Amino acid sequence: MKPSKEKILEVKKLTMDFGGLRAIDSFDLDICDKEIVALIGPNGAGKTTFFNCITGIYKPASGDIVINKNGKKERINGVRPNLITEKGFARTFQNIRLFGNMTVLENVMIGRHCRSKSSVAGAILRNKASIQEEKDIVNFSYNILKKIGLQNSVNELANNLPYGDQRRLEIARALATEPFLLLLDEPAAGMNPNETAELADLIKRIRDEEGISILLIEHDMKLVMKLSELIFVVDYGKKIAQGTPEEIKVNPNVIKAYLGEETNA
Amino acid sequence: MDYFLELFLGGLTRGSIYALIALGYTMVYGIIQLINFAHGEIYMIGAFTALIAASVLTFAGLNQLAIIVIAALAAIIYSAAYGYTIEKIAYKPLRNAPRLSVLISAIGMSLFLQNYVLLAQTSNFLPFPELIPEFEFLKPYSHIIRPSELFICITTAVIMLLLTFLIKFTKIGKAMRAAAQDKTMAMLLGIDVNLVISVTFIVGSATAAIGGVLIASHIGQINFYMGFIAGIKAFVAAVLGGIGSIPGAVLGSLILGWTESFFTGYISSDYEDAFAFLFLVLILIFRPSGILGKKEY
Repeated sequence: MKPSKEKILEVKKLTMDFGGLRAIDSFDLDICDKEIVALIGPNGAGKTTFFNCITGIYKPASGDIVINKNGKKERINGVRPNLITEKGFARTFQNIRLFGNMTVLENVMIGRHCRSKSSVAGAILRNKASIQEEKDIVNFSYNILKKIGLQNSVNELANNLPYGDQRRLEIARALATEPFLLLLDEPAAGMNPNETAELADLIKRIRDEEGISILLIEHDMKLVMKLSELIFVVDYGKKIAQGTPEEIKVNPNVIKAYLGEETNA
Repeated sequence: MDYFLELFLGGLTRGSIYALIALGYTMVYGIIQLINFAHGEIYMIGAFTALIAASVLTFAGLNQLAIIVIAALAAIIYSAAYGYTIEKIAYKPLRNAPRLSVLISAIGMSLFLQNYVLLAQTSNFLPFPELIPEFEFLKPYSHIIRPSELFICITTAVIMLLLTFLIKFTKIGKAMRAAAQDKTMAMLLGIDVNLVISVTFIVGSATAAIGGVLIASHIGQINFYMGFIAGIKAFVAAVLGGIGSIPGAVLGSLILGWTESFFTGYISSDYEDAFAFLFLVLILIFRPSGILGKKEY
């Protein structure tokens, strides 16, 4: 599945300040439908802040964040995170933020929250519609877990999963919200080369099979170069380069600011 | 043996009432890490609402069962509205402020509500009608247990079961548990955290109102100050069980109820409150996270 040229997210001149510090400075970024895009840069460059802006955790100082879904454009600056999730963004975090005291299945079911209707009255009265919905949610969640490869630990507590599985569960939970754009914040952090390779496969499959666009922040250059179709490089909140992996590898700005003396990246 | 049983059941009754209030403390703490000091006032307002409703209905000549049900419902609805409003005006604007500011806001709210009821009603003790009827089958045991005590224990048990169901199996319950663990993440999964917090306050206030109506009917009198001491005791119970933990709140309440009951029965009734607070101090020294609470490192 090759990316189409239809833009689903357009970010224009996005700026975010923390007091006197300009964390993001007039940043532009576009993502096309079914595209895998990477956002790279040194530590503290503003990558996670960018994620926080477009998922509604921070309200940007200025600029436009526009989503384009089914030919309808909508500006989402400062919209509350839960409403942005409803519109079709889902994300994971650098550090794992699972609901540790819930089971694997429950974690994924929580992701279905905004796509389900049932009320407290329905849960108490156990009417047909709410029983059916509950069943649908369980089935849907189970299917996601199967795709991700966690079907054998549905009833385990999330805390008890091995590290790599916790990372994958985060992705499963994000997928449960049925996003059209999945934002992954350092999904390979702390993984060994084997797990990273599996993760690369998984990300590719999510794009190919589900048709979900992906924006990822990652420090593992091998993974970034292998997966992404388009790379944005950010330093001190400013975009310093943009292009295909081949272009980025030889871009002198990038080598200077980010890769330093490393030539084998 | 009868005396022991009487004390045991008396303690169970006290514990049940504490539990109904402590639930609100612990649920709110679980979700926004705030000790809602105005919670005892909600319980007091519940009792006052029931008194007003019951008086009007008695005057209108309804039968006793209808009076109980309508008065209790009125208390629940009115208290829930108070809980909801208090959160919106006193706590929500301070959501991102330091925890101490919110705590002070809560104490202010508590004093405000006490004085508001004092001015709007009276500073005197008001007689509260006995709403709970005599049960025929309890007559032979009347020296051990009063009908209202039995009623309180059963009602509390039923409410605990309903609440467990709400939190374990419903969608809003799952959302509550998720928001309690990580509010930002919950929001990013599409959960309306503001709504979840409002529901928590409404549920907590409703159970406190039920506690208020039951205790008022059991003791037979109310005044504007009743929420303060009951609220503090329930707070002790919630801390004893492990604040933030719902089973902990119930367990802590029952333990506090029994200790108080046995202490007053066998040792001295003069130092009842002092004993409850001595208990709090001891817990805070030896087990600061409570019986079922998570250890904080």
